[in-house]
Amino acid sequence: MTTLAPPAAETAPEPSSPRRRRAPLPLWLLAGALMLPALIPIAYLVWAVVRPGGFDAGGIPAGRLVELFGSTARLMVAVTLTTSILGAATAWLTTRTDLKGARLWSTLLTLPLVIPSYVGALAFLGLSGNDGLLSRALTGMGLQPLPVFSGFWAAWAALSLWNFSYVHLLAVPALRRMDPALEEAARGLGASRWRTFLTVVLPQLRPALLSGMLLVGLYTLSDFGAVSLLRYETFTRAIYTQFRGRLDVTPALFLSGVLVIVALVVVWAEQRARGRAALYAHRPPRRPVVTALRGWRRAVAYGFLGTVVAAALVLPLLTVAWWAIRGLSLGNPVGAVAGDLLRSASVSAVAALITVTAAVPVAVLTVRHASRATGALESVAWSTYSLPHLAVGLGFLVVAVRFIPAIYQSVLLLIVAYVAMFLPQAMSAAQTGLRQVGPSLEEASRSLGVGPMGTLWRVTLPLLGRSLLAGGGIVFLSAMKELPATLLLRPTGFETLAVHVWSASSELFYTDASVAALVLVAISAVPLYLLVARDLHRT
Amino acid sequence: MRRTTALLAVIAILAACGANGTTTTTEAPADTTDSGTTASGEALTLYSGRNENFVQPVVDAFTAETGIEVEVRYAGTGELATTIMTEGDASPADVFWAQDPAFIGGLAKEGYLTELPEDVLSLVPERFADADGRWVGITARARVFVYNTELVPEEELPADIWEVTDPKWKGRLGVAPTNGSFVAFVTGMILAEGEERTREWLEGIAANEPQIFDGNGPIVDAVVAGDLDAGLVNHYYLLQRIAELGEVPAANHFFSDGDPGGLVMATGAGILASSDKPEEAAELIRYLLSEESQNHFLGLFEYPLVEGIGTPEGQLPLDELPTLDISLTDTADTLDPALALIAEAGLS
Repeated sequence: MTTLAPPAAETAPEPSSPRRRRAPLPLWLLAGALMLPALIPIAYLVWAVVRPGGFDAGGIPAGRLVELFGSTARLMVAVTLTTSILGAATAWLTTRTDLKGARLWSTLLTLPLVIPSYVGALAFLGLSGNDGLLSRALTGMGLQPLPVFSGFWAAWAALSLWNFSYVHLLAVPALRRMDPALEEAARGLGASRWRTFLTVVLPQLRPALLSGMLLVGLYTLSDFGAVSLLRYETFTRAIYTQFRGRLDVTPALFLSGVLVIVALVVVWAEQRARGRAALYAHRPPRRPVVTALRGWRRAVAYGFLGTVVAAALVLPLLTVAWWAIRGLSLGNPVGAVAGDLLRSASVSAVAALITVTAAVPVAVLTVRHASRATGALESVAWSTYSLPHLAVGLGFLVVAVRFIPAIYQSVLLLIVAYVAMFLPQAMSAAQTGLRQVGPSLEEASRSLGVGPMGTLWRVTLPLLGRSLLAGGGIVFLSAMKELPATLLLRPTGFETLAVHVWSASSELFYTDASVAALVLVAISAVPLYLLVARDLHRT
Repeated sequence: MRRTTALLAVIAILAACGANGTTTTTEAPADTTDSGTTASGEALTLYSGRNENFVQPVVDAFTAETGIEVEVRYAGTGELATTIMTEGDASPADVFWAQDPAFIGGLAKEGYLTELPEDVLSLVPERFADADGRWVGITARARVFVYNTELVPEEELPADIWEVTDPKWKGRLGVAPTNGSFVAFVTGMILAEGEERTREWLEGIAANEPQIFDGNGPIVDAVVAGDLDAGLVNHYYLLQRIAELGEVPAANHFFSDGDPGGLVMATGAGILASSDKPEEAAELIRYLLSEESQNHFLGLFEYPLVEGIGTPEGQLPLDELPTLDISLTDTADTLDPALALIAEAGLS
């Protein structure tokens, strides 16, 4: 299960790969062309900062930039640490202990991914304050109501709760694939359980954890919905403030460019830090070491998992459902969601279909013709994936309106943006599939006289079916949840579920927002469950 | 593999629906396509800084009456003004309806708006339209100090806007400094009091560590719920909440004559210079100033600007509201300094 994250250990090219044919030029050109839509707005934004005089035109005082760096970095570090602890602990408890219902727990721990951070933030607002669900329960017991959740701690809690699943998803397979011989040797040599974990298990978990931390860190850097609703000032919120608070778009473009550069530096630093830590782990022949938890330890473990699931899944859904039901019974107005649902689902499905199609040539190039150059291409793809959508959306908006006005505010532009932003997800899925299949069948087909296109169509694609479907599902899910770029690029009158939730939430129309949010979560849960959660503990 | 096929089928069906979904949104209802009122057969595009509940019923009524289809893009006034500036001549918008005079005035000053027909301008009092005729007020609203009556005793109410910077309001106040109506209020304050006094006031507010919101509605909700003591907002939000919820523990406090805190502003509408449907655009603005529309706005507690429509229930008539001796047209000139001062005070 690597479709959600940059390649970690298990997707690294196998050392014993067979001889590779040099990539044909047309394939290179095609892959390059498919990457272009993502690169143009990014290049434009970076240019807005580094061009001569860019800094002055931006008009953002240096002190303000430092302040924004500080507040954003504080949140990034806090969320990244919290999610790696939560993700690693839940992964260990569900793979390496004898707790009952590991598969069910793991599914429940993955499902928070269907809750976009802005829906989570909406739930936070619906829980707290004098009118909140939790406050009502507290005052019912004669206690003080909770103050409105806002600021740093609220943003930290929301982003941690709705992102730790990424780490969980990456840590579970890593823990399952470790060779138990190493741990047994450590124990046999007298190391305590705790010491074995720290010196043997944790280092092996490092690549997966680093990938997860990168993913979460970059997400925190780019989150727009949660920090806005919970009113914590970060880079993205400042970009939006500049966009709405000025007549001139230059300061917002400038800040977006700075944010893009920061994200690129983070990706680069992570690649350096990961270095050659990649482990070419093959599936071990035996089941991993399982720790038997007894007595209070067992109770604490169940309690911990239960609390995490309650906070990340049950409580937000309950809150949103409560507001929806309460509002509906009071006869509060609810905007039509059917049209929004249709628009969201159709535009996301088309984007998923195109993205998957575009991913195949890129994956074939990078797997079947792997070289230093294709490695660079892959890094470029991951860098575009890691960029804040608000910034990328603003880049697309300005590039379209200035250079290709015909596609400005069209469904086409929205789909191009989704494909550009989510191509790496599909690419990663296709790459995993290609590696599992291996080139021997294709070689057989070629040696029987079938041309390269015929082989791709008749041999490779059918074998890739399942991987491509998984990739498509993830892209669909991402596009359904996507908010800031959709907000900027949607055609006039083209409301999607995400936009509906957002505009109702920012006006605090709880009923309307909650109904749309429930529909969004329900639709997103289907592909996530089918494609991710269900498969996690299989094999 | 069977599941795979089933899911693929679902995606294909959704994609097919998508093709329909996207076309139906632009398709005109059968009864209006024959009338051929729109020049190019395309819908008129309205960029609305006012929210959907407020605008959509009027737009729907307009379409029903004239057969002119209208696509509305809802977003914040500032966002839309920036968007129009970025779009330039390529702007799809025909009409812009802002929630304040400053942002739309800024667009007018930069040459993005065209002059309105005289018959449209003459529908409202002169002081609620652009001096050069490039935007016209549709409704008016007053800035007020909204407060929770259980948390703020009457004797504590500020006598003027300067008193709000008193340390006793520390942490108790909600403001929406990037919202169009707050910005417009600051442009008015600069016109009435000068930049220095305004800077002092903004710094005083910032020193009081107010809770920062994106919009007025959430401030009023927080005051009504008792999560917040008071806030600087427009008058009608509270009146709408009272209409919905019945009695609430909150009230509007008006400032007196000559106090910039009580600025009465127009929500301005104008036609874009780049519009290829100026006739229909003018038709829409005329409709916003029709008796039906003005009555709809009155029902939502804003001041109608067409004479003789009436006064929001329980409110002072428009010409008895506190006045500030400035021209709303000039707020466009103080927009840049206002935005700079708000940013320098650390409020945006």
